[in-house]
Parts: sequence; structure tokens; C-alpha cells
Amino acid sequence: MAFIDYYKILGIDKSASAGDIKKAYRKLARKYHPDLNPSDKEAERKFKEINEANEVLSNPENRKKYDEHGKDWKHAEEFEKAKQQQRQYQGSGKQSPFGDFGGGDYSDFFESMFGGRSSTRGSTGSSVKYRGQDLNAELHLNLKDVYTTHQRTLTINGKNIRLTIPAGVKNGQVIKIKGHGGEGINGGPKGDLNITFSIENNTNFKLDNDNLYTTVDLDLYKAILGGEITVETFDGKAKLKIAPETQNGTKVKLKGKGFPVYKKEGSFGDLYITYHVKTPKNLSEKEKQLFTELAKLRPS
Amino acid sequence: MSKENFIPLHKLCELYKVEMSFFSSLNEIGLIQITTIEESNYIHQDKINDIEKMIRMHRDLDINIEGIDIAFNLLQKIDELENEIISIKNRLKIYEN
Repeated sequence: MAFIDYYKILGIDKSASAGDIKKAYRKLARKYHPDLNPSDKEAERKFKEINEANEVLSNPENRKKYDEHGKDWKHAEEFEKAKQQQRQYQGSGKQSPFGDFGGGDYSDFFESMFGGRSSTRGSTGSSVKYRGQDLNAELHLNLKDVYTTHQRTLTINGKNIRLTIPAGVKNGQVIKIKGHGGEGINGGPKGDLNITFSIENNTNFKLDNDNLYTTVDLDLYKAILGGEITVETFDGKAKLKIAPETQNGTKVKLKGKGFPVYKKEGSFGDLYITYHVKTPKNLSEKEKQLFTELAKLRPS
Repeated sequence: MSKENFIPLHKLCELYKVEMSFFSSLNEIGLIQITTIEESNYIHQDKINDIEKMIRMHRDLDINIEGIDIAFNLLQKIDELENEIISIKNRLKIYEN
């Protein structure tokens, strides 16, 4: 547990007036407020620091204690009495006005000196009901997992939540589950749970929107003479007719063999197959002779 | 019109300890939509999250209504850009080995 320089956090010097503190706090709070920096963990951390610094420095009594004994907090036995008094305040159920963002999550240093939550700013929010904090979670899945709609049980903050994962959900997509976030403040409703899907594609298919792309090797003779091949699609094998004189890089579309369309049951994207014509290697003398004869038929 | 999913405005004033004029100003600027049902004013429950953000910005950060409007427009743009980045990143994967 290290000493925290609250003046430094607010960018003010020790002689700052109450007005200077308020001004500095407001300026920084506007910059790092979680409402203005959604999903920014660093801004949230900074905001907590700023909030804590303001809790201490905007309260003349706390500021005095901090100025006199802050650096010697380890020996601050004399604060015990004050701590006990503070704990009595906590018992009254007062919340930080920033409780929605975990603003009450103070540093060990603060807890050690002031015994937890301060009541300095309780005036704005003591009986106001706020929704609970929105919780964010990340769910890692493979592409194959999201090919079909299925259910999963997630454990979030010790609670099991049964979640239906719709087929076709995309990497980076966020699904909001109402009422599964943090507890409300002063009896307010619960927040929401935002689940971000992180989907890893370890298949041979590339996904763009709902379409799948893949490359299939084609031997020279089938490419020239035509024939039939079996290809892997996402949900099994498919037989394809190869037209004679198929060129390298030719693309074919298999309609409806792509990825499921999100929340459109029975609707699928397309599968695009690019043929990669493979020329034979390690030719025998006979083959070389025949290719030479063929070449003579088509002088360049 | 059914009152289901709507919250009476006076309840919100009570709950958040804000004046009715605050909601009227938000309505005038187009940040929220006040719906009148049987001569009483209501807000749709889906807007509660945004309303709480607006109240915090106003109360905690001293941002006026016009400032909240600007902040919300910018946040919406950020959201759109973030979604676009995710979509572009997903498409880029097609060209990655």
C-alpha cells in the first residue's frame, strides 16, 4: 500500500483553494467520466482516482488530516477514532453519487486513513435511486460454436445465467441481457449485462458478413477435361460438377451454403469457392513426352 | 395507447430528484420523447439508461442541456465508428493468413 498524492492527481498544489479543487476536479471528471468514456477501463481507473482525491480534498476535515498525516499513514493510530466515526456514517447507507461506476471502490490508502466511504458528497445522491452498474463480460467461442443456435450457462459474479446464443452472432457483437447487471442503488433497478462475443475462426473458411469463402485444389486434368469433385462445406460435404477448361482462380457460388444470418432462422449466406488448379510434379519421361506433344499442338 | 413499458414522468422526477423542467428541456432538444397518455406524461422505459446518463452529466459534471446534446451526439458517433472498426477488422481477417 503506497502513499497517494491527491494533489498531484488533481494537478493542483497544496495551497489550492476550495474553488481551485472544485475546478480541477470538474475539469478532470469531464475528461474521464465513465459516461463519456464507455468501455474505457483506463478512464474508469483514472476517474476513481480523481473521485477519491476529491473526496479527501474537498472535505476540509479530511484534507486537514491528509495534509498533516498523509505521508505517515502507517503510524496514524490517532485516526482510529476518526475511522470509527466514519464507520458510523457508513451505517446510514449513504452512497457515493458515482456508485453506479463503482466510485465507492476506494484505494487501500484511502480505506486506511478514512475508513472507507466518505460522506462528503452524499448530498446529491443519498436517496436518489439509480439503476445498478452495467456489467461487461466477454465470451470466447469458436466459429463452429455459433453456426447453430444453442444454450450455454455462464457464471457471472457467482450467478449462473442461462443464455441462448443465436446462430450467426458476429465477432465483436454485443448482446445486452436486461436486469442481470449490478444491484440498483437505494432500491433502483438492476443494471444490464453486456456480453461481447469474441469469436475465433480456426476453420478453413473465411467469413465476410454471412458469406463464407474457401479455396479448393483442382487437379490439372479435371480442370481441363471437367468432372466431379467432393468439397467440404461448413456443415458437411457437397458434390460439385467441374466444367471443362476451368481456369485457375475461377470462383463458384454455392447458394445458401454460407453462414446463418443472425436472428433470421433458416436464412444463410452463400459459400464462395475459388479453384486452385494444381499442376503435376515429378513428371515421368512418358508424361514429359506427351506434354511436349501437346505443346506442339498449341504453338505460342 | 397502452401504458405498458412507460414510466410516469412525475415518478422519475421523484426518483431522481430533478425538476420537471429538466425533462421538458431534454424533450424540446430532442434527447428524449415525452409521450402523453390520458393527459399524463410518460417516458418509455428503454430510455431510462440514457436519462440516468443525462442526469449524471448535468448534476455531476455541470454540463448544460446543450452540452449533453453534443456529448450524446459524439458518443453515438463513437459507437458507430467502433462498430465500423469491428466490422472492418472482421473483413480484414479474410486477407490474413
